[in-house]
Amino acid sequence: MVTNRSFSSRLSNAVIVAILTCISLLCIAPLWYTISVSFSDKAAVAAGLVTWRPVEFTLSAYQHLLSDKSFFRAFGISVERVLLGGLINFVLTVMMAYPLSRETKQFKVRNLYMWFIVFTMLFSGGLIPWFMTIKSYGLLNSIWALVLPGAVPVFSVILLVNFFRSIPKDLDEAAVMDGAGPWYMLLRIYLPVSLPALATITLFSIVGHWNSFFDGLILMTKSELYPLQTYIQQLIVQVNTAGMTSEEMKMVAQLSNKTLDAAKVVISMIPVLIIYPFLQKYFIHGIMLGSVKE
Amino acid sequence: MKKNLNVLHYHIMLMPGIIFLILFSIVPMYGILIAFKDFKPGRGIWGSEWVGLEHFQFLFTLPDSKTIFFNTIFIAVMKIIAGIIVPLTVALLLNEARKQFFKRSVQTFIYLPHFLSWVILANIVVDLFSTTGIINQILSVFGVDPIMFMASNTWFPAIVIGSDVWKEFGFGTIIYLAALTGINPSLYESAVIDGATRWQQIWYITLPSIKPTIILLATLSLGNILNAGFDQIFNMYNPLVYESGDIIDTYVYRAGLVEAKFSLATAVGLLKSVVSFVLIMVSYFLASRFANYRIF
Repeated sequence: MVTNRSFSSRLSNAVIVAILTCISLLCIAPLWYTISVSFSDKAAVAAGLVTWRPVEFTLSAYQHLLSDKSFFRAFGISVERVLLGGLINFVLTVMMAYPLSRETKQFKVRNLYMWFIVFTMLFSGGLIPWFMTIKSYGLLNSIWALVLPGAVPVFSVILLVNFFRSIPKDLDEAAVMDGAGPWYMLLRIYLPVSLPALATITLFSIVGHWNSFFDGLILMTKSELYPLQTYIQQLIVQVNTAGMTSEEMKMVAQLSNKTLDAAKVVISMIPVLIIYPFLQKYFIHGIMLGSVKE
Repeated sequence: MKKNLNVLHYHIMLMPGIIFLILFSIVPMYGILIAFKDFKPGRGIWGSEWVGLEHFQFLFTLPDSKTIFFNTIFIAVMKIIAGIIVPLTVALLLNEARKQFFKRSVQTFIYLPHFLSWVILANIVVDLFSTTGIINQILSVFGVDPIMFMASNTWFPAIVIGSDVWKEFGFGTIIYLAALTGINPSLYESAVIDGATRWQQIWYITLPSIKPTIILLATLSLGNILNAGFDQIFNMYNPLVYESGDIIDTYVYRAGLVEAKFSLATAVGLLKSVVSFVLIMVSYFLASRFANYRIF
């Protein structure tokens, strides 16, 4: 097209590219800065010399971290939580989404169930009753306290229900002709064609379990049972905010080992950074199909 | 006969999930009673004395309650507004970008913070804005004295809102991009033939085409007006900025689990749940009415 080669069009293209580049950089610059700090010399960080690249490159923070047993114990608890929680979330989401995706003709009480699960998502007893309930089940200080209360990710169920409904009915009819029952339909027909949606909900569930810190904080009374995010939260963030006066805050800032903190943050980001590129292509596709209906 | 068997299996499939929801969502609702009682842990929920609405009345006499309600609504509303404008703008810009590879890379970068936890991101933000942090270093180049951003009631809400946009706008962009790809390209072609400039194309074709999506997201966000973001603020604030940063959820945490005022905290939490529930129902009704949206 002739219009596209005009000067003003080229100029506006350049401006758009420039703005978007700046926005992208703004998004990752703080993360990059933290990575730089973690590879820098302690003194250089304290002197404020680190900006966009490591100064006096060193692995000492990571070496120091390797000998930190409590960090890796917390890391292990988080891994255990992600595996257990992710599996439970996946199984329950799939088992709930299939019947709920049936038409009311086939499954009359479907909407009753649907309203029930949506209600549990929208209305809750609040923090204190929730805590007291879990305590009364005797789950405090157990890995199950981190996994079972969120066993049903209602949002993912709705996403998957919508995805299942977008699958052509012909597939259904053909399978029924061949004598497929509900379990066969779900496992052999619906699951294999739903990979993008399944990848999306799995990503949500893994990231959700990996990132949550609050349940660990209140449901674990012993700090050696903290999952990674709670461990980091207690170690870094709480230290930063504990100082009441400005003098105290300054002292805390000088005492805390910034490079080591940064190394912990970087290590805790790694699992998300690893799965992110693999699942990203699926999740964009999955979330669109699940949320936008024709 | 076969059909009935299917329905039976549907119930069986749903059962485990329903049991978990009953155990962890419905059973706690019984605990709401302590909002109407003078709860003593030793006497249990049922054994504690009824006090009716006393905790709610007390709540409205507290000077703190005005502040926390104002903070909650202010921060939430600003987040909602920024959370519509910024992703929309970025989506429009991305839509104008020509090169596929460039588009992909930008998307990859801007979604990334969404997947990191507030523990991590708050730590990074607090570090950037600390008195010795990089923001103050940059300012010092221009001769500005170090500002205690994280201890200042003027700056704290702005940092909360700004960092929330930073974390979440990429995710909002996806939805607008999805809407943008649904626009019929022939509209643009005929507009170009008529001599429309880029701005005119955006103004007269793009924006009107995605208006329903904008309205839908705006309406649905109404339900979040009491959710100012616990995880974020809990990890970023400190006693110096309670005045501008304390929200309902952080207050409930402190009053309930730190100071053990179980009944008061439950009353505050219940108030929030009820108001939020009503707001969500209203926004869902509006969305289904005006944007033709239904969850299922």
